[in-house]
Amino acid sequence: MKVGVLALQGAYKKHCEALTRLGIEAVEIRNAAQLQDLQAIVLPGGESTTMLKLMNEEHLKEPLREFAATRPTFGTCAGLILLAREVSCPRQDSLGILDIAVKRNGYGRQIDSFEAKAEVKGIGEMELVFIRAPIITAVGNDVEVLATHQGLPVLIRQGKVLGATFHPELTSDLRIHKMFLEMLS
Amino acid sequence: MTQSLLRLKTGLAEMLKGGVIMDVTDAEQAKIAEAAGAAAVMALERVPADIRREGGVARMASPKKIREIMDAVSIPVMAKVRIGHFVEAQILQEMGVDFIDESEVLTPADEEHHIDKHIFRVPFVCGARNLGEALRRIAEGAAMIRTKGEAGTGNIVEAVRHLRAIRREIRQLTVMSKDELLAESKRLQAPYELVLMVARDGKLPVPNFAAGGVATPADAALCMQLGAESVFVGSGIFKSADPAARASAIVKAVTHYNDPKVLLEVSYELGEPMRGIEISKLSEEEMLQTRGW
Repeated sequence: MKVGVLALQGAYKKHCEALTRLGIEAVEIRNAAQLQDLQAIVLPGGESTTMLKLMNEEHLKEPLREFAATRPTFGTCAGLILLAREVSCPRQDSLGILDIAVKRNGYGRQIDSFEAKAEVKGIGEMELVFIRAPIITAVGNDVEVLATHQGLPVLIRQGKVLGATFHPELTSDLRIHKMFLEMLS
Repeated sequence: MTQSLLRLKTGLAEMLKGGVIMDVTDAEQAKIAEAAGAAAVMALERVPADIRREGGVARMASPKKIREIMDAVSIPVMAKVRIGHFVEAQILQEMGVDFIDESEVLTPADEEHHIDKHIFRVPFVCGARNLGEALRRIAEGAAMIRTKGEAGTGNIVEAVRHLRAIRREIRQLTVMSKDELLAESKRLQAPYELVLMVARDGKLPVPNFAAGGVATPADAALCMQLGAESVFVGSGIFKSADPAARASAIVKAVTHYNDPKVLLEVSYELGEPMRGIEISKLSEEEMLQTRGW
């Protein structure tokens, strides 16, 4: 089983490490041709503006939309911002795969980054790491909220697409990655 | 420092990986950098090439200027403080700057002590020429290490020397026995626990970026192929003929650092790079990399 990690910029190596620890072959993806033989893909955290620019240059947007329509896709932090329908603060383009609205740097700057415990549906209590995290300000009817922090959704699922505003790849807890891989069956 | 705070600090450094951090001196340059795909910008009063040329004491940039840059872009904003100047760091933390560079590019404020970085909530990056320096900075609480290189020269040779030195010394640690590691930690003047950690993992416990002398997309890709996880570009962008084009090209070169086809493509039609300085033409006191210890 091969799972891709979008490697335009950001924490892609950490996601590869998490997948490898689960016995999955993780592949760094930098262009559309590399999407061919993947079973699933992860869009990591990093800077969404940087990734968006490189995505445009590589003509990756349409291929990623097609990919996410049929195969499991997981976006964390900046990856979630790219998947959203609407992005604010400031407004920017996105793939429109997840029916959510997000606000970039919703909690503030780096000094406002934090860790918190939350109850995750189907998993139990988890420690979550938020780095200059976005806030999900609206979710569509088809979106299932799997975890919240202070009443705001932080982990969501819509069909085969999973999105987190936090960083499961920064902890040694692999349960969110496992949950994602279970979506393959 | 709690484990949790350290994780938040290195966490932001993780998010900057595979990206380019660009020196900017005003809001307009910051916007150009962001539009070109910079993962972060470094706010400063003068780029290293100008500090080198104009001389005088180089200090933290004025808060007004930094604020202007923070308001202009949505990406993380870093700023430099003088080595050992913990009050400049307190001021930057108060402003909400995202990352502080305790930098040899500015005139040192203390010739014996670096800043105790553990007590700050904002993460720090520090320069290093070798593994000993890197580990001493990490012991003081740095959440990211970058090579010093020789800033403001447009000459990559020193960054390459420092990247290779750190990589070689890490590799040597991985094959040493316990008693050799103990002796090595004394030679490196670094805490034994950190030395053991590096020997076990074969890498630094914090992200390791390259800086100092990057002027072309090829320079940036060279650093990446030598094991750097991201690249800082100082004078190389805004001292070149076409900053926007060069900035975009360097961003693309860092993403596709292992793909010569893309590297060739982005190296076309960039205009003149910054002029550059031969290192041997610099006198001992003109070298910035010897500041800090």
